[in-house]
Amino acid sequence: MEVPIRATGILGFTFFSLLFFICTSSPLHNLFISNAERRIDATSHIVKVYLTLKVENAGSTPTSEVLLAFPPTRVDHLATVEALVTKGKRKKTTLVRLDVKPTELPDAPNGAKYFTIYLANPLNSGESTTLEVLYLFTHSLEPFPAEIGQSESQLVHYRDSALILSPYHIKQQTTFIKTPSSKVESFTRVEPTNRAGTEIKYGPYEDRPPYSFSPILIHFENNSPFPVVEELVREVEISHWGNLQVTEQYTLVHGGARHKGVFSRVDFQSRPTLSGASSLRHLLARLPPRVHSVYYRDEIGNISSSHLRTDSRKSELEIEPRYPLFGGWKATFVIGYGLPLQDFLFESSDDRRYLNFTFGCPLLETVVDKLTVKVVLPEGSKDPSAVVPFPVDQHLETKYSYLDVVGRTVVVVEKKNLVPVQNSHFQVYYTFKPIFMLAEPLMLASAFFLFFVACVAYLHIDLSIPMLSVRGVNIRYGCAKIKPISKCVSDMKETKLSDPADPPAMNDSSNRSLGG
Amino acid sequence: MATMPILPNMPALDLIKSFKLKTKQQELLIRVSILCLVYILAFITRLFSVLRYESMIHEFDPYFNYRTTLYLTQNGFYDFWNWFDYESWYPLGRIVGGTLYPGLMVTAALIYRILHFLRFAVHIREVCVLTAPFFASNTTLVAYFFGKEIWDTGAGLVAAILIAICPGYISRSVAGSYDNEGVAIFALLFTFYLFVKAVNTGSLAWSLASAFGYFYMVSAWGGYVFIINLIPLYVLVLLITGRYSMRLYVAYNCMYVLGMLLAMQIRFVGFQHVQSGEHMAAMGVFFLLQVFYFLDWVKHMLSDTKLFQAFLRITVTCAVAVGAIALGLGMLSGYISPWTGRFYSLLDPTYAKDHIPIIASVSEHQPTAWSSFMFDFHILLFLFPAGLYFCFKRLSDATIFIVMYGLTSMYFAGVMVRLILVATPAVCLVSAIAVSATVKNLTVLLRSKNKGVQTGSTKGSSSSKASSKALLDQSQPFQKNGAIALLFGAFYLLSKYATHCTWVTSEAYSSPSIVLAARGAHGSRVIFDDYREAYFWLRQNTPPDAKVMSWWDYGYQITAMGNRTVIVDNNTWNNTHIATVGRAMSSYEDEAIEIMRSLDVDYVLVVFGGVTGYSSDDINKFLWMVRIGGGVFPVIKEPDYLVNGEYRVDKGAAPKMLNCLMYKLCYYRFGEMLTEYGKPPGYDRARGVEIGNKDIKLEHLEEAFTTSNWIVRIYKVKPPNNRW
Repeated sequence: MEVPIRATGILGFTFFSLLFFICTSSPLHNLFISNAERRIDATSHIVKVYLTLKVENAGSTPTSEVLLAFPPTRVDHLATVEALVTKGKRKKTTLVRLDVKPTELPDAPNGAKYFTIYLANPLNSGESTTLEVLYLFTHSLEPFPAEIGQSESQLVHYRDSALILSPYHIKQQTTFIKTPSSKVESFTRVEPTNRAGTEIKYGPYEDRPPYSFSPILIHFENNSPFPVVEELVREVEISHWGNLQVTEQYTLVHGGARHKGVFSRVDFQSRPTLSGASSLRHLLARLPPRVHSVYYRDEIGNISSSHLRTDSRKSELEIEPRYPLFGGWKATFVIGYGLPLQDFLFESSDDRRYLNFTFGCPLLETVVDKLTVKVVLPEGSKDPSAVVPFPVDQHLETKYSYLDVVGRTVVVVEKKNLVPVQNSHFQVYYTFKPIFMLAEPLMLASAFFLFFVACVAYLHIDLSIPMLSVRGVNIRYGCAKIKPISKCVSDMKETKLSDPADPPAMNDSSNRSLGG
Repeated sequence: MATMPILPNMPALDLIKSFKLKTKQQELLIRVSILCLVYILAFITRLFSVLRYESMIHEFDPYFNYRTTLYLTQNGFYDFWNWFDYESWYPLGRIVGGTLYPGLMVTAALIYRILHFLRFAVHIREVCVLTAPFFASNTTLVAYFFGKEIWDTGAGLVAAILIAICPGYISRSVAGSYDNEGVAIFALLFTFYLFVKAVNTGSLAWSLASAFGYFYMVSAWGGYVFIINLIPLYVLVLLITGRYSMRLYVAYNCMYVLGMLLAMQIRFVGFQHVQSGEHMAAMGVFFLLQVFYFLDWVKHMLSDTKLFQAFLRITVTCAVAVGAIALGLGMLSGYISPWTGRFYSLLDPTYAKDHIPIIASVSEHQPTAWSSFMFDFHILLFLFPAGLYFCFKRLSDATIFIVMYGLTSMYFAGVMVRLILVATPAVCLVSAIAVSATVKNLTVLLRSKNKGVQTGSTKGSSSSKASSKALLDQSQPFQKNGAIALLFGAFYLLSKYATHCTWVTSEAYSSPSIVLAARGAHGSRVIFDDYREAYFWLRQNTPPDAKVMSWWDYGYQITAMGNRTVIVDNNTWNNTHIATVGRAMSSYEDEAIEIMRSLDVDYVLVVFGGVTGYSSDDINKFLWMVRIGGGVFPVIKEPDYLVNGEYRVDKGAAPKMLNCLMYKLCYYRFGEMLTEYGKPPGYDRARGVEIGNKDIKLEHLEEAFTTSNWIVRIYKVKPPNNRW
């Protein structure tokens, strides 16, 4: 894993510097960045990068597009890119979110990937603007050593470039990297570099040409657990009787350094800070308010270690896996809860209904590798369509639940590599006639009705085959045989003979009396 | 009805009149509603554990049944029937389809299919959890009809009520107890009922039905052997007491021949009906019946009694001789297998203790203590003899059957704790007869006396009955009070029974045993979910082909919940394999590692209660491991682990005990642990002693996982060291 990345890093660097000389004439170079500040937060396993760019238009034509470049190896781990611009003067500044879209450029040096920020107002020649860009990387802290024992702390490698990769000329730039603790084993020096406490500062660097790249490697302690949900299937079932049932199936893994050797419960219990410091003991799920009938279980039953705290604005579910998760250990579980429908289902202006629900994973600080959201619409609903704020795969399925005849339409939405920041809302529109709500109660009622009708009919109809004469013969025959051998015929048999009702038809005769 | 409002005068009265039922209708309505209530009661009284814990499978064997049911619903019947299970009895494997009674799984799968066909999207686990209560409810209906058949409707109703809440039955049929017995008791009682009905009516249809009932029983539980021996015994008793009849002939022949043929379709039973010593009694009685019929016919043809006597003697001698020779030849040639050890241990309670330690090691195979009879039957224990008295007083084919069923099953219940279950229906039925007959007599007394008072005071009685009435009148005050007192006594006893049953169900029989609950220091409930913690850890964090060695008790649970291969499990079919595991557990570590490597073991799982005070752990079971291991491998000797015949784990324990694998695995690093305030470290709370070996070093194994309360400890077998 480690060698190829390093190799591509070095290769990339040489290529980029080469390519810089090749591509010179491009409308891109009307822009340049006068000041860039980058703050990288590596305290948890989701690496957050806050980038402040001051962009100036040196060209003659106004432009409204600003490009961000990423090395191809890192773009796979890029979960989200957001750009904001500050508006207004000193006192009343508001942040305005800008559109960001992935872009392909034909002459991208060494496969660099781009994102385009679309400015709200075109940047005229000579003007400048300040952009706030936030992007998150997942799976970017690589544990080194890759396997640790129970009492060791978790060390990770973080690779980046000391210089901001950009298609623009950057006049001045600084990079700060924040580590969770002051324990840093080593870091690459690209002068000027200095380290203070939990922060490493690269820069300021002056006048770097486009596509400058200077790989750095930081080796530091990060004892936070790395909860990674490999797969999450969220099923949202709408019932027009007033309930929204959510079922979430998790495959959770600790993505940090793999656990090696012994797990000792004595050490774990008696020295919780030293032993298993990076283990995942509990998780916090933030659920919508007014949640009810919450459950937390797995394939083999209920897991009793969970706590639910509710208030008027949110509900917090604290869950503990059955066992503490060490690096590489897995756990699968299911969380389910019900919600009042009126909080999430609305009627749109064109007489359709729509569900407005959060898209992402309710667990905090968790990376989701693959998310599947299934919205189960009530039986009889038509024309479903999902509106999701980012690109996703979607298709339709059919599901059969209690008392379904034609099945329920399921809108399936899939997304890869998701972080909690993206827990934005999405909508599913559909049309539904309220008369369908009555289908299932009517079905049940008619089934019971038919059952009782059948009972009444059974009591009134005599289904027995008239076999009294046959049985009479039988009994007489039996008695004729018995008398010679047995000493006496038991009194029971006599009562049998004298009893007018024949035993097999006893039920029928007694039942018939109800009708008669 | 539609015209009612037009008549203004007496609509209400008319309405009431039109709704007024006849006495018979009233009686039917009451009967049906009582039965419905009993049906529901039988179901809901078994739901304590679901309400208190969750909808889960209990105990040990049910986990295997659940796993197979899951397989059946996922892969279909043919795959299930031909299933070779690689995950148990490594490296031997197990032919599951041929070594289980499929009735339970097929029943649950069928219910599951039906529910899904009706669009009830239930999970198979819910079906499995609720199968036993559902069948218990059905049993109450069968008990009603059975009681009606042998006595009267009242006895039937009482029997249904008694069996609905009888702890002896509840112990094996609470929700989650997904075991063969859950459906088998229903099948057993149903077969008996159908057979008695067939004997009473002589009808081929009932007899055929009882053959199918028998088939279901054979498919559901090994206890069918009880049926196939009790029914011939019953027939034999009827023959001896001169109650032979054509009805009996029809009923038994049809039931036996068809039942036998049907039973052969179950692979686990196969040809045992014609080849095994346990089934020979039925065959012998079958032939005896033919001889009887033949003699009857000859007697009918011959008018001379002397000639018949001679003929009778010759025929009987010949028949017995032929039978004895056939049996002897069969035994000698090995065609007919002798009785199995399990069967012997039923007839002779001390047999298993001396010869088969693996049977004797199971707690539910121990002889029953008086207290558990009292616990499981309560007042039925006293009502049973009374019921027998009533049965003898009104002897009939049916009452003879219930008497025999009651007496034989009571004997077996005394031999083995778990067979209380088989006795329960009989005890309930016989007691129901006692209750019903007593209450009926008392109420008749009360009623007739009232009438007598009325007639005596208002009119002059007729001359013929005057004397008797006078007699009745004389004893009336005493009789009336006595009857009322006795009735109240009966109701008091019955209500005591109801409260006792509820208490027992709630306290003793409704814990899943996989989740342990205890009272915390502040009175709150503490749950120890360590078993599932460990099994789930195994399931998620070990290689899928890992082999786990543990004592056989946990085999089914490890395969079902942990989804990992085990060396031995609760289907104790191979004694040698179990003894090998027992030997490994009781050897020193360097000897044990050889055995474990030869078995390809990756993980070792032990259950340890020293921290929580959980007493049914492996240290307490250890002597059985030694005994079973020593039974096959004489190198293991029980006295090596004892000090002066005493089993101890503290400083005074035997050196072999302190250094054997089981001791090391249980107490590894336990010496550093403070379990109880004011006690030294390494204080074992389950046995109340400080352990004798606190400095345990493991050479070939390493601790892989220990649950939060230390109940389950899992060790990994280290790979062999490199030679260089």
